This record gives sequence, C-alpha cells and structure tokens, in this order.
Amino acid sequence: MIVAFSILLPFIAAACIPFIYRRFKNIHLGWFVLVVPALLFTVLATYIPRIANGETFSKTFEWIPSFGINITTYLDGLSIIFSLLITGVGSLVILYSIFYLSTKESLHHFYCYLLLFMGAMLGVVLSDNLMVLYVFWELTSVSSFLLIAFWHHRKASRAGARKAMLITVSGGVAMLAGFLMLYVVSGTFSIREIIANLDIVQSSNLFIPAMCLVLLGAFTKSAQFPFHIWLPDAMEAPTPVSAYLHSATMVKAGIYLVARMTPIFGGHEVWFWAVSGVGIVTLFWGSFNAVRQFDLKALLAYSTISQLGLIMSLFGLGSAALHLGYSTQSVIYTQATFAALFHLINHSTFKGALFMMVGIVDHEVGTRDIRRLGGLMSLMPFTFTIAVIGSFSMAGLPPFNGFLSKEMFFMATVKITQLDIFSLDSVGLLFPIVAWIASVFTFIYCVIIVMRTFFGKIQPDRLEKPPHEAPIGMLIPPYILIGLVVGIFMFPNILGHYILRPAMASIYPTFPSTDEMTPHISAWHGYINTELIMTIGVVIVGVFLYRTLKKWRPMYQIFPQKYSFNSIYERVISSSEYRSDQVTKRYMNGNLTYYFIYIYVFFVVVLAGYMVYADVFSWDPSKDSVIEPYELILVFVMIFATLAILFAKQRITIVLLNGVLGYSVAFFFVVFRAPDLALTQLVVESITTALFLLSFKFLPKLTKEKVSKTFKFTKITISIAVGATVTFIGLAVMNYDEFEPISAYFEDSYNLAGGKNIVNTILGDFRAFDTMLEVVVLFIAGLGVYTLIKLKAKKGDADVESK
Amino acid sequence: MESLMIVLVGILVAVATYLVLSRSVLRVIMGTAILSHAVHLLLLTVGGLKKGSVPILGQAAAPYTDALPQALILTAIVISFAVTAFLLVLAYRMYLMNGSDDFQELGGSPDE
Repeated sequence: MIVAFSILLPFIAAACIPFIYRRFKNIHLGWFVLVVPALLFTVLATYIPRIANGETFSKTFEWIPSFGINITTYLDGLSIIFSLLITGVGSLVILYSIFYLSTKESLHHFYCYLLLFMGAMLGVVLSDNLMVLYVFWELTSVSSFLLIAFWHHRKASRAGARKAMLITVSGGVAMLAGFLMLYVVSGTFSIREIIANLDIVQSSNLFIPAMCLVLLGAFTKSAQFPFHIWLPDAMEAPTPVSAYLHSATMVKAGIYLVARMTPIFGGHEVWFWAVSGVGIVTLFWGSFNAVRQFDLKALLAYSTISQLGLIMSLFGLGSAALHLGYSTQSVIYTQATFAALFHLINHSTFKGALFMMVGIVDHEVGTRDIRRLGGLMSLMPFTFTIAVIGSFSMAGLPPFNGFLSKEMFFMATVKITQLDIFSLDSVGLLFPIVAWIASVFTFIYCVIIVMRTFFGKIQPDRLEKPPHEAPIGMLIPPYILIGLVVGIFMFPNILGHYILRPAMASIYPTFPSTDEMTPHISAWHGYINTELIMTIGVVIVGVFLYRTLKKWRPMYQIFPQKYSFNSIYERVISSSEYRSDQVTKRYMNGNLTYYFIYIYVFFVVVLAGYMVYADVFSWDPSKDSVIEPYELILVFVMIFATLAILFAKQRITIVLLNGVLGYSVAFFFVVFRAPDLALTQLVVESITTALFLLSFKFLPKLTKEKVSKTFKFTKITISIAVGATVTFIGLAVMNYDEFEPISAYFEDSYNLAGGKNIVNTILGDFRAFDTMLEVVVLFIAGLGVYTLIKLKAKKGDADVESK
Repeated sequence: MESLMIVLVGILVAVATYLVLSRSVLRVIMGTAILSHAVHLLLLTVGGLKKGSVPILGQAAAPYTDALPQALILTAIVISFAVTAFLLVLAYRMYLMNGSDDFQELGGSPDE
C-alpha cells in the first residue's frame, strides 16, 4: 500500500504545484517540493531491514483485468536500491536546485516536470507488470523531454530534447514489442510469473526476438553504443536536471531493465554477448571521447556513457553464472553482478556530486569551457574538494568508493577469461584489455576535470563573473554525496550486506543462497593481486598520457567529424525528411488526371491480375439470346456515337452525341422489355441535354488538348485496359448462375402489394427505402445547384463574375 | 446478344475512361455521363435479356423479365441525373471563379 502511495505521491504533488505557486509567491517553490522525495526516502528506508531479511512486498490494484494489465507494485532488493537512489538523489537535487534556479525562472513548470519524472521513475522500478512498466517508462521519456527543453527559447535545448525523445521513444516502442512477445509466449504480463514459467519462455521461438527488442529499449534509454548520442545533447538541460536524470536515475532505467530481465534471458549466449559486448564497447567509446571534450558538462556526459557501459558489461558478465547453474564455482561469476550493483550506487554518488560541482562553477563563473577555466582552487576551495573527491572516485583511486568497484570490475573481467563457455576461451581476453585501456582514459579525463578547472593560471578576463565561492545551500547536497563517496569506501560491507545482498536474490532467484554471492568487500586484500597491479598500471600510464596530452591530442582529428555517430544521425534524419518530401511531391503532384490514372491502374492490376491468377475467365455464347438486325444497328449507332465524342471538336457535337447515346439506351430499354426505364431514360436524357444546352453559353469553349504523344498513348492504353477488364469480367459473370434469381417472389406483387406493375411495386413497396433516399439525393442536388448559382462569393474573395 | 452488349459496355467504359482522363472539365463530366450509361446497360444485361415478357401482370403471360435490375437501374438513372446536374453547375461555378476549365492549370501549386 505504501509502495503504491509512493508512486502516486509525486503525481499528486505535481498536480498541486500550480496552487502552491500562486499562493506562496515569495517562498522558493523548491522548499515545498523537497518534502516529497525526503518523505518518500524516509518511508522507503524503513523497509531496508525487512528486505535484508529476504522479505518482498507486493500489492495488486486492478486496472484492465480482462487483459491481465494490473498495477502490481513489487518491492524487492533490486527495486529498493533504485527507489532509494531516485528519492535520495532527488531530495539532494531539489535542495540544490533551490539555490541554483532563481525565482525568475518558471519554477512551477520545472518542479512539475521534475515531480512527474520522479513519479514515473518510481513507477518503472516498482512495477511488476510489464505494461505498467512500459507506461511509466514512456512517461520518463516525456518528462525528460520537457526537462531538457526547459529553456525552450534556446535552439540547442529544443534540438537536444527532440533527439533524446526520438531515440528513447524508438527504443521504448521496440521494448513494447518485446514485452508483447513475452506476453504471447507466457500468457502473463507479470515479471515474477514469467520467471516462474521460465521453461516455456526459453523454449519459444520468440525468445531471441523478444530479448533483442527488450535490449534495444534498455540500450537506448541507458545511452549505450551507438545510441549514446542523445546524452551529450541532453546537457542543454539545467544542471540539476543533468545531475538527476542524466547521471543518477533515468539513464539507469535501462540498467534496471537489464537487471530485472536477467533471470529471464540471462542464461543465453546472445544475452551475454549483447549486454557485456555493448557495455564494454560503450565503456571504451565513452571514455575515449570524454577526453576530447572542452565543455565540462559534455565531458561528464561522455563519462556517464562510459560508466553506464561499465555497469552494463558487468551485468552481462554476471549472467554467465545463470548459464552455468548454481555451484560453488559459478558463484564467482555472480560477483560481477554484485560489482555492477555496487558501482551503480557509487556512480550515482560521485557523478551527482560532479554535476553539481560543474553547476556551481558555471553558476559562479559563467562558463563551463575548460579552455577558459583554471586556477580556481584558491578561490573556490570547497568546490575544489568536491571535484577532487568525485573525480578520483570516478578514476578508481583509493580512498574512495570508485576504487572498490573498479577493483571488483577488473576482477570480474579477469575471472571471465577463465570460462570456456560462449567461446570465451578465445576472445575472453579482450575484456580485461579493453577494460584496462578504458580505465586509462577514464583516469585521464578525471585528471583533466581537476587540473584544467582548478589548477594553472586564472584568466579573469575570459570569465563572465568574478569567481567566488558558492552559497552554502548549493554546497550541502554535493557534500552529502561526497560524504557518501568516502563513507562507502570506509564501510562498504554495510551497503553490501543490507542493500546489495537482497538485490542479488532478485537477479538470481533460482540460486538457493545469497550469502555466498555476497563477497566481503575490502580495500586491501593483504596481498598484491592482479587487480591492484592493473590499477597501478592505469595510474602510471594515465599520468604519462596526461602529461603528453598535447602531443597525441591531434589523434582525434584522424576520425573526421563527417563519420561521427552524431552526423550520421543528422544525415539520416535530414535525408529521410528530404526523401519522403521528394517521394510525396512526385506522386502527389496536385493534378487530378494523375490520381485518376493511379486509381485506374490499381483497378486494372488488381482485377485483371486476379482473373489471370485465378484463371476464372470463361465465355460461353451458347446461352445468349439471338441478335436481331435492329439491335445490331442500335449497337453500331452507340459505338459510332461514343467514338465520335472522342474526336469532336466542338462542345455542341459532344452534347448532341451524348443525347444520341442516351436515346439509344432508351431504345435498348424498349427492346429489352423495360417500359418504365425507357420512359425515365427518355425524360432524363431530354432534361440533361436541355441542361447542357442551357449552360452552353456559360461554359468554356472546348479547346484542343495539348498533351504529349506519350501521355496520349498512356491514356489510350489505360482506357483500353479498363474497358477490356470490364468486358472480361462481364463475360465471366454471365456464365455464373449458381443460384436462382429471387424475382419469382416479386412476380406475386398483386397479392403481396396490390400492384400489377412489378417494377413499380418494387420501387414503391418492396424496396421503398431506396426510393425515399433517392428522392433525398435529388432534393440535395437541387439545393446544391440552387446555392451554387445563387450564392455569390464572400466579401473580400475574388469575384470573377463582377469583372 | 448478351455478349455483344457486354462488348458494347466495354467500349463505352473505355471511352468514358479516356474522357475522364482528359484535362477539360466538360470532357470529364461527359465521361461520367457515358460511364453511367455503360453501367445501366451492364446491370440490365447481367440480369438476363429477352427471357420473358414485360414485367406488368396481366399484360402478358409469364415468364416475365427480371424486374429487380430494372428497379435498380431506375434508381441509378435518377441519382446519376442528379449528380450530373450538380457537376454541371459546379463546373459552371468553377469556371466563373477561376476563369479556367483546365485541370492542369487548376492543380495545386507545386510548393504546397
């Protein structure tokens, strides 16, 4: 119940914001908002002891029970980690934003979006139902879109928001397809029930497609290679948003999804390689590109990408244990997952602090460009402390928590090379090598953050404001975070025991004991092991490369900007826009004749094509009635008249020839025993001809059509094809007499309707509805004619009549 | 006779199609008029020709010609008349407003 309430509370609060904003104009809105995450954090934290004992909490509220879509909240070890991160970092970020954003900004929008996001994010991590998870997932995309474009008067903000939206929503829709496949296979949307029926799911043909689609959703959301391009552009958002969404919470939704889905897909080779492979590539690519950035926020964005790749690859490596099944040997590989969860928390602490640090620098100095910064150490000592602790934790140095998780990461990559499944024995060595290289780059950019911002010479003339220390309120939240950075290093096992251990049970539900999977984290193992040597190597090589940065920096120019993923994305977008425009312009040319041609060609192709395909053409003249000579004459008159219309030069000829046609049709009606039709046809044809003649003087002169020979040829071909199709269908239909006609019934009209004229009884009695509506048609046409003639153009419109 | 009638219908349809594909409004309207003639004849033909006497009781002995297609055609004649009249006035009005009866000239501007 309380869990459902914690999802709902942010939404309720968001709805209340406009009222509070109007009521309390002179108090910063953030103070009211701060209550929400702080309260939720406290409430959720009370669950920790019970969850550490292995309890889980779930509650179902019916939503669309007929489709199996119910709002099922589920709180276990994995979701509590995320919900504590969301509410905890959320509180700090809101506290920070109170000092970061002035009351001149449209704060009610900002906090409304932020609360929406928070609620959606809590919904993602606390939902057991896949459909509900998807709903909240898209809500995070939408609220993130709104937050990125918070300063919507800037072009870059709008572009960044659009890009993030497009990429994450595309992935979200792919994920939805994956979820539906899971539902088709398992018959349930509940994640726990799917895990319970795992054999059915794994033996299905849809297993691999569902896995790939779900992964696509996770990779786009978590900015994995090559979908990482939206994250650096999303840095146009206000810094609190970057700190919250794009480092601690939203980008981890994909990680959460991977962790949540590991019990379902984890044992499979494709999953292992996709998750760990993409993760390790992202790790390298992000760290490699972070070094070349000049904007501190862009640098942090790439570092986030890289760290997310690290976590992702660890989840992939950890899934190997599921393939092996439970044994004392395989438990070693679960420690990769443990490391992933551990680093997840560590990353949220130090990256949140670093973003806040950048925000302070930006706020107090007016720029984030490292080429203009420098020498701020003595002026902003507190900010400097944050930067040092955050960066060195990110680089993986003691005595900070990043060191512990980095060591565990190295250990996992080294251990994985000893496996001989999934052809790891041949290529498995790449994992520790790439991880090590990426760590070197990580070290370099971490040093860049500290050295370029706080050391060296200050350049006051290139700064927009005179630098000074930030207000205390802005410093409190990052200090809490770096306090955690150091605190987790000192007492990592509290975290490991109480929070990470139950989460391991969620990821490995089939494994009997979680105690074995929870290693004792220690900073110093008492001996020199491989990981420590690797870390020392990172530091030595990193320092060397940082010193020589100027020499090898031009290396980045080798890869031309033209082939970056960003420009490929831009080109794909603009070229598809251009192409679709071209295609549309090509066939939608606004010329009626062309549209008629499309329709006729479609008609001929479908009908004639079907006749040829099904071979239904048949012609049997034996049942035909005899041809009398006068009928033959009538037929030839009609053929002559129609063909003559084509060659008529004057409109009067056409009108008269049409009259000839009409009267011939009337004669046919006489010949074929239809007196009513003959009468009507004669009258109607007379009136039509009279109408044509009446309007004769107002209508344009018939001009000779100036068309090219080929176009004329096309027209002739199409006309003949249409005529032939109709003829052949008609001939084929003539031979079809499967059923008796129902006219025998109408022949009893005298008894049934009291009339002797069968046609008239049908019109007036048996099928009088047709007649009534036909009268309506005539009436409407009369009204239309009247209005068209009588009503003049409105004032201001061009009126040709008066000219 | 039926086969001959259907061939005639085919020719009418072909000419109507050719006229509908032309550029001037008047020809298009004429094409629709011819098309409706063709359809009426087709309806009558597929109902069967000369299989009986005029469908009026007491005037002649059974069997009668099928009366249902005749009723349908009668409805169709009136409707097509209404539509033709409306189209004609529409063409008149269009010519007044735009000063042209050429679809090519009346077509949407290429930049839209």
